Amino acid sequence: MLLLSLLLLPLAGAVVLGAWPGLARQCAARLAILLAVPPLLLVATIGFMGGASWSLPWMPDAGISLSFSADGTSCLFLFLTSLITLFSLAVSARLHIGDRSYCALILVMESMLFGVFTATHFIPWFLCWEMTLIPAYLLIRLWGGKGAPRAALRFFIVTLAGGVCMLLGFLALQLSVGTMDFAELGRLAANKELAAGLGKSFAASGLDGHVLLTIVALAVFLGLAVKIPIVPFHAWLPDAYAEAPTPVTMLLTGLLSKMGVYGLLRVFLPLFPEVTPGFAPWFSALAVATVLLGAFAALAQKDMKRILAYSSVNHLGYCALAVAAVAASQTDRVAMASAISGTVLQAFNHGIIASILFFGIGILESRSGGLRGLNDFGGLRARMPVFCGIMGLALFASLGLPGLSGFIGEFLIFNGAFGLLPWAAAVSVAGLLLTAVFMLRMIRKVFHGALPPSLAKWADLSAGERWLFAPAIALVVIPGLWPQVLLQFINGDTLRLLDLLRPIP
Amino acid sequence: MTPAWTISSAFAGALLVLLLPARMAGLSRVIALTASLVGAVAAGAACLWRLDHPDAAVWSFDRAWIPSLGVRFHLAADGLALTLLLLTGIVAVAGVLFSWNVEKRPRAFFAFFMTIIGGVYGVFLSRDAFLLFVCYEIVILPKYMLIAIWGSTRKEYGAMKLTMYSIGASALILIGLVVAFAAAGGTSFDINHLAGATYSPTLQSWAFPILFLGFAVLAGMWPFHTWAPTGHVAAPTAASMLLAGVVMKLGAYGALCVAMPLFPQGFEQWKPVIAGLAVIGVLYGALTALTQKDLKFVIGYSSVSHMGFILLGLAAGTHWGLRGAVLQMISHGIIAGLLFGIAGRVVYERTHTRDLAALQEFDLWKSLPGAAVAFTLATAASMGLPGFSGFVAEISVVIGLWQSYPWLVPVVAIGIIITGAFSLRALQKAFFPVGNPSAAAAPVLPPLTWPEISAIALLLAVSLSIGIYPKPWLVLIDDGLSSPLFQTILSKP
Repeated sequence: MLLLSLLLLPLAGAVVLGAWPGLARQCAARLAILLAVPPLLLVATIGFMGGASWSLPWMPDAGISLSFSADGTSCLFLFLTSLITLFSLAVSARLHIGDRSYCALILVMESMLFGVFTATHFIPWFLCWEMTLIPAYLLIRLWGGKGAPRAALRFFIVTLAGGVCMLLGFLALQLSVGTMDFAELGRLAANKELAAGLGKSFAASGLDGHVLLTIVALAVFLGLAVKIPIVPFHAWLPDAYAEAPTPVTMLLTGLLSKMGVYGLLRVFLPLFPEVTPGFAPWFSALAVATVLLGAFAALAQKDMKRILAYSSVNHLGYCALAVAAVAASQTDRVAMASAISGTVLQAFNHGIIASILFFGIGILESRSGGLRGLNDFGGLRARMPVFCGIMGLALFASLGLPGLSGFIGEFLIFNGAFGLLPWAAAVSVAGLLLTAVFMLRMIRKVFHGALPPSLAKWADLSAGERWLFAPAIALVVIPGLWPQVLLQFINGDTLRLLDLLRPIP
Repeated sequence: MTPAWTISSAFAGALLVLLLPARMAGLSRVIALTASLVGAVAAGAACLWRLDHPDAAVWSFDRAWIPSLGVRFHLAADGLALTLLLLTGIVAVAGVLFSWNVEKRPRAFFAFFMTIIGGVYGVFLSRDAFLLFVCYEIVILPKYMLIAIWGSTRKEYGAMKLTMYSIGASALILIGLVVAFAAAGGTSFDINHLAGATYSPTLQSWAFPILFLGFAVLAGMWPFHTWAPTGHVAAPTAASMLLAGVVMKLGAYGALCVAMPLFPQGFEQWKPVIAGLAVIGVLYGALTALTQKDLKFVIGYSSVSHMGFILLGLAAGTHWGLRGAVLQMISHGIIAGLLFGIAGRVVYERTHTRDLAALQEFDLWKSLPGAAVAFTLATAASMGLPGFSGFVAEISVVIGLWQSYPWLVPVVAIGIIITGAFSLRALQKAFFPVGNPSAAAAPVLPPLTWPEISAIALLLAVSLSIGIYPKPWLVLIDDGLSSPLFQTILSKP
């Protein structure tokens, strides 16, 4: 019941906001922030209770039920979700973006994300997965910039197409092995029964079960890859991130892209060990391409929001690399464990760091009346030392400076990937260097140099803004110095996943 | 309250409305609403009873009617019929609510409306093929009248085309039924009797397409769908809702419960053709909807596309497929009713245009936020997003297709994606602000009225409840599908 109330709490909040016609904009924003606090507390409760689960039969004769369960890894993602949502609502209030329905949509999205990060069966997972699309689409479309209609439409159609591919793949599995429950499918996969089942049900197609399972795995991969996104399925991203209002961009990069990472880790890896070694070379090539293309594209941009958008592509490329490495070898248990933990931490840390950075751009944008080009600013350090200090810290965390949170994820990923896929890992290191180049360039252009006269009157961050940054900064510094604070939640799950991938004989 | 209350309340409502003196014409809508509510409640109560007593004998009512032909007045309500009765009841209530402000000859309007509803209930309950055919015919005339008198946009043309198609289709059905009647010994029109008889394979191979086509025309099967978009657009809102919501389902229901069980071998032979036409319908409807300028035409063609799913489920011929087809009948009935209600009644009555470009001038997101939000949700339901009823139906149909025609699945996937595209396109154009949302002052439009809000809320709630908790509907549908009638069709579990 605890989990059910977590899933419904933000929805109930959205209903309250939606059904209160006379609510003024400012009050709505504050009420929404208040409404986003209880889920955070509930997540913490569930995390320290060690998990929770809930289930409702949906199509009982086919074994389909709406079942949700939160384990340690889920809790980490739930925590990220409730935190970023709260952060994003607070930023919206600060930057005077949005109204009643805007806040309600963000809360709806939070509910659906909770569902995605806890569902243990494909149907509830997919339900929440697709239902995040509507609020995301509306938030971009209605509160975005000039190019928003196009960007939102493209975002919706591309992700919908990915979702449909995934759905068809799972329906084929349901038909041949009679279940879409992740745990059961994982067990079947570990016993190498999925390919056999598919081969038997689709014998008429004349294809071998292994080929069929590869097709299904590719369909599922496509659905996940679009969301992360992995090159070449990333074309929707820069426009969507740049056109969305800043708090929504925080949600897109901090949470929606994590759905894909979570799916790769919790669904793709355990379900398709029979075929993943076969296409791991392709997968790792795509991951390396994602890392490099993200970095090169960020280097070429002038618009800071786009730089950060591409840098997100680059950072999530490391997650994809780690998953590809795990999929490729399946022998070196220690390296696999490192890569898997690294993926979770990278996802978590990237969510926090990217939110800070986008918030920073949002502040610049709102003070300058919509400017966000690299060349529009300069010498801000003199006028806004606190702001520049915070942004500098986040930028360094983002490029993986040891002692800050970004480092531990990337370290664990490379630590694992070098053992499993040395070449891909070696090439990806170039991405790390490029990241440093464009991040430092941003620091140099915006914070250093001559102060343009138009900026001479700017004041530093207000007390309210500082308080907004404070918890996020704490979450960058503390795990960087003491990674165990996060790792303790996921170690057990990582071992369980490894057992599924390489059953102990 | 037996299921017979549905039919009686509808016809009693029609009669009462006709008997009203002219000065009390305003009362007609109240009577129509009461009669529809009685019908819906009776259907709902029967559904609940059936869920509680899954093993009890189904309710039936059997009297001699035309003994010389062996025609009996035989009604029976298994779970399958009950779900469709409930659908009809819900759409009827919503239809009356959306027609609350009909000023032009309200008595005649509601009398025709309730007659259609009564005929539809009759078709779903009939267990005698002749009775079913009679009820089927009862629907045609009031349909014509509603469109020709209260319609818009080339209403004479739309009404005539629809009626011609319906009559032609009825002729085919009659031929098919008479052939079956004669070949089965000429003693009875009872559907179970006809389905139990043995027909030669040659007879089945030519009689099945005749009978099936007769029903499929009304179900909007491509290329015989062209009556549907023009008819839907020309019809007044309540009639569009009934047409797309339940009348098209009569065709699908007849195909499922009469044509297929009567000639199972003929079905076996022809089902690849049906699947082919259905998949063309899915794609053609979606692609055509993508290019329409009139909001109602978009919905009209989307109906063609969605009805294609029903035919696909039927053609799959498996338990999953048939169940998906019935679920899609229910789901589409609700969603089409909702879309037509909002586009035809809520928006058109206030803006007097349905042109997508012209609607942008009204900035509906600001001036009519309730309608915009409702249409957004209806659009999400219509594109089959999970959480709404369409999803449950679509996954069942797709699993059925995986079983029978796996090669069609990717094509259907394209259809689903195009559906997403055209739905969003219409939504964006008609309802979302252009450019800067806060700049232009939105024109002032009257806010939603209570009948409109309650109708929208009713339909949305039903669609969501099916999407989130489909179990009771599945139990009822399976109750119907487990009858011996379908066992000759079902090739796989």
